[in-house]
Amino acid sequence: MAQKRRELLLDPLVDNNPITLQVLGICSALAVTSSLKVAFVMALAVTFVTAFSSLFISILRSQIPNSIRIIVQMVIIASLVILVDQVLKAYAFEISKTLSVFVGLIITNCIVMGRAEAFAMSNPPGAAFLDGIGNGLGYGLILMLVGFIRELFGSGSLFGVTILETVNNGGWYVPNGMLLLPPSAFFVIGLLIWGFRTWKPAQVEDREFKIQTVEGH
Amino acid sequence: MEGLISLAVKAIFVENLALSFFLGMCTFIAVSKKISTAIGLGISVMVVQAITVPTNNLLLTYLLKPGALAWAGFPDVDLTFLGLISYIGVIAAMVQILEMALDKYFPPLYNALGIFLPLITVNCAILGGSLFMVERDYNFAEAATYGVSSGFGWALAIVAMAGVREKLKYSDVPDGLQGLGITFITAGLMAMAFMSFSGVKL
Repeated sequence: MAQKRRELLLDPLVDNNPITLQVLGICSALAVTSSLKVAFVMALAVTFVTAFSSLFISILRSQIPNSIRIIVQMVIIASLVILVDQVLKAYAFEISKTLSVFVGLIITNCIVMGRAEAFAMSNPPGAAFLDGIGNGLGYGLILMLVGFIRELFGSGSLFGVTILETVNNGGWYVPNGMLLLPPSAFFVIGLLIWGFRTWKPAQVEDREFKIQTVEGH
Repeated sequence: MEGLISLAVKAIFVENLALSFFLGMCTFIAVSKKISTAIGLGISVMVVQAITVPTNNLLLTYLLKPGALAWAGFPDVDLTFLGLISYIGVIAAMVQILEMALDKYFPPLYNALGIFLPLITVNCAILGGSLFMVERDYNFAEAATYGVSSGFGWALAIVAMAGVREKLKYSDVPDGLQGLGITFITAGLMAMAFMSFSGVKL
């Protein structure tokens, strides 16, 4: 049992990562990663919502009629997101301004819905809760990695603390402004996926077409 | 009128929902393998967006805003915290109604678009459109314009993406990049191309 719990929690981190393998929840992963602090808050928020929505949906799973389950799941998720949104507005107003609509968009983050549909509807509450935390952390891991790269090389700092002194402030590092712009997020994630899949070749997708090798010239 | 046109152009190109705000990325990546399906999904998103943004605007103006309930005799009530749950409710209901209406009155269209409609409820481009409408304080006319044009921008992006991917599948991509990885990098290049519109002053 302990083994299974560990698996539920750790499996989504690398082996079954929601972003790099299941292609879930990419929208926010790209948009909020230009600074590490914002990425961190977002990762926490998503982990919280995924864990508790999985827990509550799993508790209610035998009471929810199949035909209206999407709406019921939506209501549970939306209530949790409103909670997060209000807490952020009250205690971290600056960050909630930077996240702008992306807090609200946790509702439609496919990780939350995906885990609710695929796991919480058919598993007991304890397991669903762990699965939610695991997937939230797997999402957070990628978010933090991308945020780390973008903030370090884009503005020479981490969590707002200067690491590489930039030229503008009399230092030596010329920041790569490209990394602060939206397209860089696509590149960083694309390259991360490349890295992950080279490390774990089992995740490589099959080709639809093979390039024919011509022999005997 | 001029304001509305520039708003539309801005929503389609400069502030493209898919490529500069990354909204609806899950479907954008997952359903862009073939041009024909991409067109179907693009049109559905446009239709749903054109209906839900103005509807949510009415909801905001007459029910949720501080003081909006004055007509019902509650001038001090502020229900904005219920915003998220009402918008997603409206979206889910609209998608359901649209699905039933299409099924009853336009069966060929339903057969073509039917499978995409449930997907749209959880497409963040739709909810995102409504949330941007709230954040930027659009009035009803602006909301209607924004709904249509942002949906169109999203459709444009996914169709272009599908076109690129149809060609891409014949190319020799390194193993680890196969599939998802190269799709991301392509999307990044497209986003860069769309950024060139940001210099356009309207």
